[in-house]
Amino acid sequence: MSWPEFGIIAFRVVVTFVLLLVVTVINVWAERKILADMQSRIGPSRAGPWGILQTVADGLKLFFKESVIPRKVELGMYLLAPFLAIIPAFLIFMMVPWGKPFMIGDHEVALQGADLNIGLLFILAMSSMAVYGVVLAGWSSGSKYPLLGAVRATAQAISYEAAMGLAMVAVVVFTATQGEGGTLSMAEIVERQTGTWGDISPVLSFVPRWNLFPQFVAFVIFLVAIVAETNRAPFDLVEAEQELVGGFHTEYSGMRFAMFFLAEYVNIFSMSAIAATLFLGGWAGPTFEGSLPGLISGSLPTIYFLIKTYAIVFIFFWLRATLPRLRYDQLMTLGWKRLIPAALTWLVISTVAIGFRQFGAPWS
Amino acid sequence: MTFVDWISAPVNWVFTIIGLVVIFSGFRVVTSRNIVHAALYLVGALGGTAGLFLMLSAEFVAWVLVLVYIGAVIVLFLFGIMITRAPTGLDESLNSDHTALPALLASGFFLMMSWASIDAFGTQVIDSTGEPVPTEIIGESLFGRFVIPFEVVSFVLLAALIGGITLARRDLSPAEEEERSAV
Repeated sequence: MSWPEFGIIAFRVVVTFVLLLVVTVINVWAERKILADMQSRIGPSRAGPWGILQTVADGLKLFFKESVIPRKVELGMYLLAPFLAIIPAFLIFMMVPWGKPFMIGDHEVALQGADLNIGLLFILAMSSMAVYGVVLAGWSSGSKYPLLGAVRATAQAISYEAAMGLAMVAVVVFTATQGEGGTLSMAEIVERQTGTWGDISPVLSFVPRWNLFPQFVAFVIFLVAIVAETNRAPFDLVEAEQELVGGFHTEYSGMRFAMFFLAEYVNIFSMSAIAATLFLGGWAGPTFEGSLPGLISGSLPTIYFLIKTYAIVFIFFWLRATLPRLRYDQLMTLGWKRLIPAALTWLVISTVAIGFRQFGAPWS
Repeated sequence: MTFVDWISAPVNWVFTIIGLVVIFSGFRVVTSRNIVHAALYLVGALGGTAGLFLMLSAEFVAWVLVLVYIGAVIVLFLFGIMITRAPTGLDESLNSDHTALPALLASGFFLMMSWASIDAFGTQVIDSTGEPVPTEIIGESLFGRFVIPFEVVSFVLLAALIGGITLARRDLSPAEEEERSAV
């Protein structure tokens, strides 16, 4: 590997990491501001203009706070758990392409942490690893509320992961018909959503070629599943204050608590980014190349990506302000008896329809 | 090739380290007296195995291993442990005194697998170019050449699933049934 290539890889990883940290800090503030607005309050308004520095202030407070370690904890696991929560959260985002690749000299720079051939599979693997942080935190705390939170988290993660995976499979099968052969690479999936549906009918030539339209059912299933995977309202039984104090992170304080908190918000953004990539075309959009200065048309894809992702992040906040928490049996019924059968049925319908289009009817 | 030649290649260091991690974790799974620790050592052993697959550029197999075994099977183990006993300390009853027969079985299985792989591949070296194996090839061989074994395995899993439900399910008395439907 030559030095320029090494430099490009380092650049990609560092920039992706910094982008993720910055948007996470903004997201924490945006959630408080949006929730406040929905409840006719003002929200954070003192630290910086519109209170935008509130997250920084909170972070500094947590950083200097004493990290209390209760006497009955299982020390090794207790210290390891916050890292197990945060590392998969960051790794998931590394797979998301957040801008159009550009050229420096004869080297292509992809705006994405890493483009694995099996990107989607890696995302699924990492999101299933994320539950370890919660489980070990709950178990090692040596206290009953965290343990109950951890048990709930495990059951929930396993239940909704299946629906999430099946929704992804429907997209993968559909994507395979949009180009040469099938692919699991995130960059390639975005690439195949550029342009419009104009080739199907001239009426559709203003409709972007997003997977959202042919795979709308999968999109809805995926959206429900990611809200449950990130343990957000109305699926936040893992940290139901009224029942479980703080849930799995009851015994954590200071910086260690901050890591769980950060992991939650990183996950919200990563999962929204994945939804935007799979269904809303990621960075795809008109760039007006030639008629706009190169710098602007080069950064437009990143702006499109952020707008699409934030549209989904907004749904997360909106749900939290709107819906009450589900009861535990309702959560399980929704996951196993509604979402998974719906995802399986959609997968069969969508695959049969694609088969007909590709190969014609089996009797002809 | 002498041992010095073998060990001076960086690939072989990595292989040795991962191999030692896998062996140590596997050993601790059976000797650990804390059931949650045992489950976590199993994660270590499986993670190491995934690492070995990555070294062979078998990305797909490696991440499927992580997804299915580490991400689902062991999480279910932990879930089972936590909803039944959730022990936090040491459990002396965890280790069985009957070690001879399992040891014999395990070493017999090990010898059989070693013999089978040496007999099949001998000194053949896998030509790893560093390029990941396309997922398409795995799909084609799984649903082409190996489609019958694949279906048999899924049938066995289905049987296990039905068996599990039958064992766990208790038929409700009519009174209980009524109570259940009222909720």
